[in-house]
Order: sequence, then C-alpha cells, then structure tokens
Amino acid sequence: MSTKPKIPTIWDIPREELFAPGHRMCQGCGAAILMRHITKALGKDAIIVEATGCVEVTTTVYPQTAWKHPWLHIAFENAAAGASGVEAAIKALKRKGVIPKDKKVKVVAIGGDGGTFDIGLQALSGMLERGHNVLYIVYDNEAYMNTGIQRSGATPYKAWTTTTPVGKVWRGEWRPKKDIMGIVLAHRVPYAATVNPAYITDLYMKVRKAVEIEGPTFIHAFSPCTPGWRIDPALTVTVARLAVQTGVWINYEVENGEFRVTTPVSRRKPVRDYLKLQGRFRHLTEEEIAEIQRMVDEEVERINRLVGKTVIGPVVK
Amino acid sequence: MTAQLPGWKSLPPGAVITRPGSTVEYKTHDWRTLRPVIDQERCIRCRLCWLYCPEGTIIELDKPYTTKAGRKYTRTYEINYDYCKGCGICAQECPAKAIKMIEEVR
Ligand SMILES: Cc1ncc(C[n+]2csc(CCOP(=O)(O)OP(=O)(O)O)c2C)c(N)n1
Ligand code: SF4
Ligand code: SF4
Ligand code: SF4
Ligand SMILES: [Mg+2]
Repeated sequence: MSTKPKIPTIWDIPREELFAPGHRMCQGCGAAILMRHITKALGKDAIIVEATGCVEVTTTVYPQTAWKHPWLHIAFENAAAGASGVEAAIKALKRKGVIPKDKKVKVVAIGGDGGTFDIGLQALSGMLERGHNVLYIVYDNEAYMNTGIQRSGATPYKAWTTTTPVGKVWRGEWRPKKDIMGIVLAHRVPYAATVNPAYITDLYMKVRKAVEIEGPTFIHAFSPCTPGWRIDPALTVTVARLAVQTGVWINYEVENGEFRVTTPVSRRKPVRDYLKLQGRFRHLTEEEIAEIQRMVDEEVERINRLVGKTVIGPVVK
Repeated sequence: MTAQLPGWKSLPPGAVITRPGSTVEYKTHDWRTLRPVIDQERCIRCRLCWLYCPEGTIIELDKPYTTKAGRKYTRTYEINYDYCKGCGICAQECPAKAIKMIEEVR
C-alpha cells in the first residue's frame, strides 16, 4: 500500500536554513541546491554520515562546517557502513535507556556517484541487505568531480571526462550509465526515488517520505556540476529541468514495489536541447546525438511499460 | 599581525568541529564578478530565486512593500551580498525578469 501525503507546494518549504552559506562549492553547484533542500526536508532530528567527495570537502574546511546537523565524515567507500553503525548504536542506546525509546532519529548517509555506484557499492548493498533504518542519498554529478572529473560508473554514454577523453579513437565514455536504481531495487527496499534540483517540491516530498518510512530507503539525486559538465553556472537549474523535459532523467518513486512517475512529461523535447548546453558533449556528431536519442527513447518506453501507460510522451520538436 | 594559532593540545580530539554552521564566518562575496540586483518594483514575490540559490543567500523577509502602482506585498526578497558568488541562477530563473546581473565593481 502506498502512503499518499499531501503534495507540498513551494510555500511548504521551510524558510529556516539548516545548511550554512560560506561553503566552498563552485558557483552554481547543483549539489549545493540539493543539500539546502535535503537538510530542510530532513528536519532537525537526523544524523548525517558523509562519504568524501565534493560535498564533504567543500563544506567542512577545518575548523568550520556548513552543517547544522550532527555530521560524521567517513571514508570514500563506506558511508553506508558508517551509517549502519550509527543506526545500530542508536538502537543499543535506546535499549540501555540512554536515549528515550520513542525518540525518532533518522540516520542519513550521503555520498557522490563515485562513492556509491563504484567504490561504496558493497557497503551500500550490505546496508540495504541488513535492513538498517537509514536513508541513503547519492548526489550524482556523473563523475569523480572533487579529484578532477574522472569517469565513474555513473558517467553517461559519450560524455567527456579527463579519463574518457575525446580524440581520433575515443569519443568520451563508451559504456552506458550504470543502473543504480535497478541495483538498489533488487534489494527489495521499501522506498527508493529519483529527484532533481529543478523540482524542489517533488524532492521535498520524497525526502520526507524516505525519512518516515522504516527501513533502508534510497534517493538518487541528479546533480549538475558546472566545471565537470562544462556548463554556464547560471544554467544549472535550466540543464536540470531539461534533463527531465527530454526524458534523460525521470523523476519517479518505488514504494513497496509500486512504481510511480512523479513528473510526467506529455511532450518530450529532443535530447539535443539538453546536450547542446554542455561542453562535455560538445564533440558529438549528428549520428552520435541520434544514438543517444534512441537510448533515451528505449528507456522511456521501458518506464512507460512499467507504469502501464504513457506517462512520458513522444518527442515533439 | 600574525594570528594566534591554537596549539594541538587545545584542539578537540578527532578534529571535531563544535560550531554548527560556522562557515558563515567565511565570506564568499569575492568570488563574484557579476552582482545580482533585484528590482523590487518588478518582483512578484514568487520565491523562486530564494528556492534555487545554491548559497541560500537570498533572504525572505516579512517586510511589506507597496509598488508605485499600488500593489501591496507582505514579503520582500533581498540578497545578502556577503555570500553571493554571482552564479546568475536567480536572474536566469526569475519569471518576472526582476533580477539584473550587473558588473561587480570593488
Ligand atoms: C579509497 C580512496 N580512494 C580515493 C580517494 C580520493 N578521492 C576522494 S573524493 C574522490 C572522488 C569522489 O567522487 P564522487 O563520489 O563522485 O563525489 P564528487 O567528488 O563527484 O562529488 C576520490 C577519488 C579517497 N579519498 N579514498
Ligand atoms: S566540482 Fe561540481 S559538484 Fe563539485 S563543488 Fe564544483 S560544481 Fe559542485
Ligand atoms: S547570483 Fe547565485 S549566489 Fe548570488 S544570489 Fe543569485 S543565485 Fe544566489
Ligand atoms: S524570482 Fe524574481 S519575481 Fe520571484 S521572488 Fe525572486 S526576484 Fe521576485
Ligand atoms: Mg561525482
């Protein structure tokens, strides 16, 4: 059974900031927008466990922190393991009567795509398998950005990175993006969702849900990166919105196996509109763009089949 | 003047940072080459610039404003220029075109 909370409006987002300015994320960083609203949606009773990556290094330059939550730095590969430990400790402290039994505290792990799709995958799988009451959030900027734009399992097909360069032989990344949601859902978790910083009310609702639901929950967040994607900082939200309007990114949630697209798109824009704003796709030929369009069409078709009707429509020029 | 740095014995063990939100001490305004300026006459108080600012440096105030045409608002959006990095997202997203990016002169 799915819970149907009231869909929040822009006016439901709390005014109070739980993520301080003065952090060193780049001008126009998509992850900064995500963190502001994720922390608002979490509310105060949460403990954050963060894998290293851009968000970690830019928010906790010693001796200062942008975080207002209890926050724990964890190595690159084990945010999920660290979060599992914190959750187990809370349970033990409740059992011993140190913390009131009815006190609700959500443990939240945050990691980048490298820390989640690649090096932290085993820790994540263990956390999901053991059934910890932890919300895991991956902000996916589609490469190892903090260390200089190296490709990850999340890098999309044909994207330029410093380790998938563009030349006579190589045309950027040659492998398709790893289906992390598929991997997570294979663990039969009670809740998993995708979010996008251009759609904040949708994000807010999903983070609230993922906090309330007992057990391991997962959120996959689209996270435009200005230097890594070679985009104009003013266009971060525009690019994020275009990802949804072109079907490159689909906002959906899976609650107890029930699949629901939360941002239907009746008329899709061509993927070209999304690709052309980004320097990482500058090298693409007409044929290569057509190939990416076909890949997106196939994924849209798969999603529509899952839902049982057309929630993402055809491309209309 | 050299700052008096604390010795290692006076630091909390494990490099624990005990002051939540303390990056506010670090102003990021000098990253900015363009400065967003809100035209309060044009602003329709839609909240979008506040929503999308990556720095959270657009402040929502319960400060009434009446336009020259007599339109009354209960809220005002103002930019705290201490942290604005000049990304231009607010100007790009503003549906009323009420935000202009002007050259920063220091
Ligand atoms: C075991 C280990 N290998 C390598 C590193 C160096 N390192 C720190 S962050 C990072 C990349 C992080 O990529 P991602 O998780 O995608 O986060 P992003 O920086 O893109 O936000 C790397 C390689 C490390 N800290 N630990
Ligand atoms: S490199 Fe990208 S993800 Fe990292 S802080 Fe800069 S914009 Fe954000
Ligand atoms: S220019 Fe960027 S940082 Fe400055 S107020 Fe606008 S959105 Fe915020
Ligand atoms: S986006 Fe524009 S119209 Fe909306 S509140 Fe900001 S300045 Fe006003
Ligand atoms: Mg990354």
